[in-house]
Amino acid sequence: MRRVVVTGLGLVTPLGGDVETSWKNILAGKSGAGPITRFDASDQKCQIACEVKPADHEYGFDPDKRVDHKVQRQVDPFIVYGIDAAGQAIEDAGLEDMSEEMKLRAGCSIGSGIGGLPGIESESLVLAERGPGRVSPHFVHGRLINLISGQVSIKYGLKGPNHAVVTACSTGAHSIGDAARMIKDGDADIMLAGGAEATICPIGVAGFAQARALNSSFNDRPTEASRPYDKDRDGFVMGEGAGVVVLEEYEHAKARGAKIYAEVVGYGLSGDAYHVTAPAPDGDGAYRSMQAALKKAGMEPGDIDYINAHGTSTMADTIELGAVKRLFGDDIGGASMSSTKSAIGHLLGGAGAVESIFCILAIRDQIVPPTLNLHNPDEGTEGVDLVPLEAKKREVNAVLNNSFGFGGTNASLIMKKI
Amino acid sequence: MSETADRVKKIVVDHLGVDADKVTEDASFIDDLGADSLDIVELVMAFEEEFGVEIPDDAAEKITTVKDAIDYIENNKG
Repeated sequence: MRRVVVTGLGLVTPLGGDVETSWKNILAGKSGAGPITRFDASDQKCQIACEVKPADHEYGFDPDKRVDHKVQRQVDPFIVYGIDAAGQAIEDAGLEDMSEEMKLRAGCSIGSGIGGLPGIESESLVLAERGPGRVSPHFVHGRLINLISGQVSIKYGLKGPNHAVVTACSTGAHSIGDAARMIKDGDADIMLAGGAEATICPIGVAGFAQARALNSSFNDRPTEASRPYDKDRDGFVMGEGAGVVVLEEYEHAKARGAKIYAEVVGYGLSGDAYHVTAPAPDGDGAYRSMQAALKKAGMEPGDIDYINAHGTSTMADTIELGAVKRLFGDDIGGASMSSTKSAIGHLLGGAGAVESIFCILAIRDQIVPPTLNLHNPDEGTEGVDLVPLEAKKREVNAVLNNSFGFGGTNASLIMKKI
Repeated sequence: MSETADRVKKIVVDHLGVDADKVTEDASFIDDLGADSLDIVELVMAFEEEFGVEIPDDAAEKITTVKDAIDYIENNKG
């Protein structure tokens, strides 16, 4: 059986324009939240977000490093973040100079939950105010979700499978899981896999706020707004950015002497079949997703050391927690579970990929990242180590990452030290 | 160099992300400056905006070099 390992990582987050800066800030308990600066949000219910910081910021992102000026002008920010994160992952994996033969067996599976919402918003205004003749010729392909995979394949000459998942907030996890299966099935030896999102624009913030999904009572205390499992949570904080990993067939990675971070051993998927935005109250969808991943991995709940929860800082946190408790039983005592959304907000379609990378780094460094702002744990959290406030050194051999999306779409990934 | 030429070259540099010294009057957008057909559509829109001229599709199709653009604008601006 073909095995799949992770050999490269790339991140653009509200806490850093690369993997090491983001991770260092996550472990230090920093928050990427602040007042929205992209537009005047004074008329919005929610006026805060976790924005990717500009290049001159202490932990900012410099788009000029890996993305052509011309491409930057033509595409939405989620594509810029995705191209850069993919480039980082390729460099980290030492794959900058692939042979033509390797490129034929290398593909992309980088998705997004929503795609180019800021550009759709702004060009709609151009259309309404100035007419169809002023709409950009780059409007469509600069906003399409599969254009991260498209752009990355063109930039790096990757001629294998070219795929893009769209499953709301489960996108990043599904992208990695699907890509791992493509390698297992023999469609490719190398896959760039992950997700990106950038929807901090007036229609994006208003839309999620109207759906009652965003926080609204922390406008004066942005860094305290994302507080998964805390009694005072009142909605997620919108984040943005991208996470991309290099997945590689194990023997292929070994043969070229690649650095191997972890093996992708389990991937579970399920549907809630319940409601468009709310998860099933009994958490059954989450339960079946995690259970399926464990079964694929041939593992028991007691084998899992760290769970990176979906934990968005909404009412849904306790539903996920209930599902974890039901599945793990007494074994939950041996695991730690935290939500890094407390630090970088909810990256929506990017979340599952970014958080999978944090899981992999937890294995590498034998430390688990904290859940910030968890001062008053909600009912039902008893008996679970939610890693409040500070990172914790501990043994980490196997990790579980959960992602759940609007529409009732669930994905769980299990990765293991090799 | 005319004022029109300066402004045209600035737009080309900005839109195509090329070095200013490559944007000579003889330069072909596609062959010398790395543009594709959509980039030319966008450039034509930018020229229309900057100079307040209308460049119909049949005229736009004949604009293949920097000089073509400058000449069209010089001959048609109000």
